[in-house]
Parts: sequence; structure tokens; C-alpha cells
Amino acid sequence: MAEIRNYTMNFGPQHPSAHGVLRLVLEMDGEVIERADPHIGLLHRATEKLAESKPYNHSIGYMDRLDYVSMMCNEHAYVLTMEKMLGIEPPLRAQYIRVMFDEITRILNHLLWVGAHALDIGAMTVFLYAFREREDLLDAYEAVSGARMHATYYRPGGVYRDLPDVMPQYCASKWHNEKETAARNKDRHGSLLDFLEAFTERFPGYLDEYETLLTDNRIWKQRTVGIGVVTPERAMQLGFTGPMIRGSGIAWDLRKKQPYEVYDRLDFDIPVGVQGDCYDRYLVRMEEMRQSNRIVRQCIDWLRRNSGPVMTDNHKVAPPRRETMKGDMEALIHHFKLFTEGFCIPAGEAYAAVEAPKGEFGIYLISDGANKPYRMKIRAPGFAHMGAVDEMCRGHMLADVVAVIGTLDIVFGEVDR
Amino acid sequence: MSESTLTTLAQNIQEHFPGLIDRSTIANAELTVELRPEHLHDVCLTLRDEPRFGFELLIDLCGVDYLSYGEGDDGWQGPRFAVVYHLLSIANNQRLRVRSFLDENAPLAPSVVDVWEGANWFEREAFDLFGILFDGHPDLRRLLTDYGFIGHPFRKDFPLWGNVEMRYDPEKQRVVYEPVVIAPRVTVPRVIRHDHRYLVEGGKTNG
Repeated sequence: MAEIRNYTMNFGPQHPSAHGVLRLVLEMDGEVIERADPHIGLLHRATEKLAESKPYNHSIGYMDRLDYVSMMCNEHAYVLTMEKMLGIEPPLRAQYIRVMFDEITRILNHLLWVGAHALDIGAMTVFLYAFREREDLLDAYEAVSGARMHATYYRPGGVYRDLPDVMPQYCASKWHNEKETAARNKDRHGSLLDFLEAFTERFPGYLDEYETLLTDNRIWKQRTVGIGVVTPERAMQLGFTGPMIRGSGIAWDLRKKQPYEVYDRLDFDIPVGVQGDCYDRYLVRMEEMRQSNRIVRQCIDWLRRNSGPVMTDNHKVAPPRRETMKGDMEALIHHFKLFTEGFCIPAGEAYAAVEAPKGEFGIYLISDGANKPYRMKIRAPGFAHMGAVDEMCRGHMLADVVAVIGTLDIVFGEVDR
Repeated sequence: MSESTLTTLAQNIQEHFPGLIDRSTIANAELTVELRPEHLHDVCLTLRDEPRFGFELLIDLCGVDYLSYGEGDDGWQGPRFAVVYHLLSIANNQRLRVRSFLDENAPLAPSVVDVWEGANWFEREAFDLFGILFDGHPDLRRLLTDYGFIGHPFRKDFPLWGNVEMRYDPEKQRVVYEPVVIAPRVTVPRVIRHDHRYLVEGGKTNG
């Protein structure tokens, strides 16, 4: 009889369903995974060390580039930690704007996730639909910060500026005639809030479309039901957070349990899975999008009725207005100090976390009283999830590895940092 | 978490581990306990299993290098390395930070992989970036740096620019490593301001 041996297979680092640069060394018995050894770090940029060499404000932009599909949530954790150490609180309007953009970010992230996950395991169409909706939300990012992805919009003490009253519009061109352009500009005649409200009205219908494509789809179920099952006990052992732990049936969400900003004033529900398999996590994330849509609507409603400042008037951390700076000596000094040296954070340490779309994203800062962090540690949810790939893949077939990586919602920007 | 729950938790920990906790501080609405590495493993196990603590989730584990902390007379006096654990209790909805200072010449901490399996990668990361060794870790390999990397890049005496850079050599037809040629550049110097708003007794700032 022929000798049967296990063999090793390299998955990635350039595999399209590795979601970035993941090298997975698979030890296989036929087509069954015996052991999976992820090699990460191909995107390691030493963000934490870079942040230690720069004033606090300069690192906000690095946060966008960690988990580059949920940009503003990363910024949020960083500014929250700074605010905690400085003992300042942003104005209420800024808190609502932050919550609204956190939820927009959650929808953005889950849309990319459902598209890419479906594409990985054989459903191409969802990806195209999901990117249609992402376009509108990225336009909202652009309107508010000027950048479509790496916004640097949240600042310690508030947000960079108030929501714009006009939305940019498309112009007619060789490829889009007047009639088409008018249709594309239909929702863009009002303010950003009008534009977003129109989106939130359309969006639940779009979600139903995705669910028609996937939820009862026989192939989708065959690929996800019973794959990568994690029991609640194991989920806690492995340090899971976010949809991963909720998919296993533990109702843990920082927005409810340790509310930050204005989440305690908003009405939303936390979906929880039962089986802890890929299908349950899919259902959890789909429902999270509906809930985020609800939160965005409540924020729009509040923001319409209430105006006010969006940045703290503490000029030790927030720059004074440009007009004031031109005429007022003290404002000029504040401006100069802030843009040459930055602000110092009192010695001490703090950890603050937000419920990012992927799980608990936290920043641990140690300050020795300088204008740069002494040590910054980024607690990325994806890092803990990635560490569990070995356990989740064992005993599954090669094709299921792709489903497991997809369900983890991995982005290598945050895993490698 | 409110100040009173933190105080109760701090008292409970002091009572449950008499003599093991070197220091326990509440700052920024967070509780930090410090203990020696030899007690770390047992304390962690109890913190997980004792119902009134119930820290069933290890949120984060990281190394810290205190080499250049502070300046002048305020400089760091204590041991150079520390390992910091952030724990979360889902049952009791509370958080805890545990810190343990390690010996500078042989930074060695007990592994907590058998307490929280999620610690596996976090310990590999701390080993890779700080050179902290974890006794009892099943597979302590480098995680984030390149294959064959030399040094521990997040130590404060490791240059920000690194020591080697790599490029593709068309003659040798392979990737070669060479010493870094760019000079270090600091655009904004590091400065500690003793801001009067955060002054405490003795004229020093404190968080």
C-alpha cells in the first residue's frame, strides 16, 4: 500500500480571498486541515512606534490607516483616550456627529464585508450591489472631511468642522448626459443631512435585496451553516469581541454595556446568534446594519433640531478660529504653540475602547507628560480573531478556510499595525 | 465604571490576595494593580475563576519599555520592562489592568496561555517587539517582524529608522539587506511641559 503523508500548503500571501496579505501555512491530510499557521506582519508599519515619535495630533491620520475599512471608529478610540487623559468633554453636537459617523462607518464596513465574503464563497453579485451603497456613504465622508477614506475628522475636543449645508453635485459629461446627471443629483440638492436621510430611507430596501440573494440561498447555506463553530466559552477564551462574540450568543456590546458619547440616549437593539457558525455571524452583521441605519436616523433627527459648537473652546487642545487668531494676541500664541509643539498630556495612563464594526478597538496610552505619547498600544479586534484561525479551521476542508477567513472580517491594516 | 465600584473591586482584590499586590491605583476611572511576576499566573487564574472577579476575557497584553520615561530628576527609577494585561469581565461588566515589572537583563514573565488562550498571539507579539520571554508559552516565535529579523524594534534603544533596509539587487537577482543610509530626522522635538492645570503637591505634574 502506498505511504500516505500529510503535506503542507501555502495559502497566500497574494491570494485574493486572504483579504490582504496573509500567509497561511496549512498542514493537510488530503483535503482536511490538520493545522493552520498564519504568518502575519507583511503589512507591519510599526504604527505604535511611529506615534511615539510624533505629537499627539499627528497620529490621528495613522488611525485611519489601521483598519482601513472602518476609518472613523479607529480615530474615535484614539481621541477618546486623549480626552480621558486630558479630562475634556466634546460638545453634545460633536458627540452626535461622532456617533452618526461611527454608524455610517459600521455600515460601510459591513457592506464591504458582506460583498467580499459572498464573493469569496461564490456569490459575485452582492459585491457589486454593496459597492453602490458604499459610494453614497463615502460621499458623506468626503463632504464632511474632504477625504473619501482617510478622514482625520475626529479631533480631541470634538470634530474638525460642522456638517456642510450643501452637497457637491455631478456635472454632465460625455459619458453622462443631462438627464442622467439630474437623476444622480436628485438627493444632492439639500444639506448633508438631507442626503443621508434619503440614504437611510433607501437602505433597508437594499438590505432586503441582499437578503433575498443570500439568506435563503441553498449554496450560501451549504457554505456557511455549521462552518467555523465557536461556542460561547471558547469565544471568551479566545478573546473575541464584536460580532464574533455576539454570533456565539453572548450579548456583549460596548455601546450598550459601557456606553460612550451619546449611545445611552439612542434606541437600538443588539442582535445575537445561536449556533456560533458563519451563517449566524452573517445574520448578526446584517441585522447590525439595520440597527445602525436606525441610529443614523435618530442622529439626523437630533442634529436637525439642535445646533451648537462642534469643538471645545479649550484652546490648549483645539486651535482658535482663524479670524480670532488674526486679531487676538492670545489666540495667536495658542495657535502657534499648538501647531509647532502640540499639546502635552498629563503623566499617567488610560485605556479607552469603542465598539468598532469588527469588535472592541481600544487604545492604551502611557504619557510621561510630554507632547508625544510615551507608549501607545493599539488593541485591534482582528488581531485576537486572527489568532483563532487555527482552531476554527481544524477539521474543515480547504475551501472552508476561505469561509472562515471571510467570517472573521479580517483587515490586515489593523492586524499587522 | 464609577469610582465606588472601582474602590470595592480594589478592596476585594487586596483582601483576596493578601501581600501579593504591590500597588493598586485608581486613575482616569481605571483600576491598575501591580504585582511581581512570580505571582502573576496564580493571580490571573483566580481573577478568571473567582465569581466576584470573573475576568473571563483577556482584552490586551502588551510590553512596555520604560527606558527613557520622563526626564532629568523625574526620570524613571524602577525596572525597565513591564508587561501589562487588560482584563474584561463580561459577567460583572468591569475592567482591570494588571502590570508586572520584569528584570531588565532577562525579562521573563509566566505565560498565561493556559488561563486565556487568546494570550498566545499577544505574548508572541510582546516577545517579538520587546524581547520579553514568556515561561510556558507553547510556541514562542516572532510574529510581526520579517523572517530572520534581528533585534526587538519597540525597545526604546532601537532606532525608529531601523538598522537595515532591503532592496532587490538585479545583479545578484535576490533581495539584499544593507545598513540604513537615511539620517534620523526629528521635526517636532519631544518636550515635557509642567502645565499648571495639572499641578499636584511638590510642583510636579501627575495624572
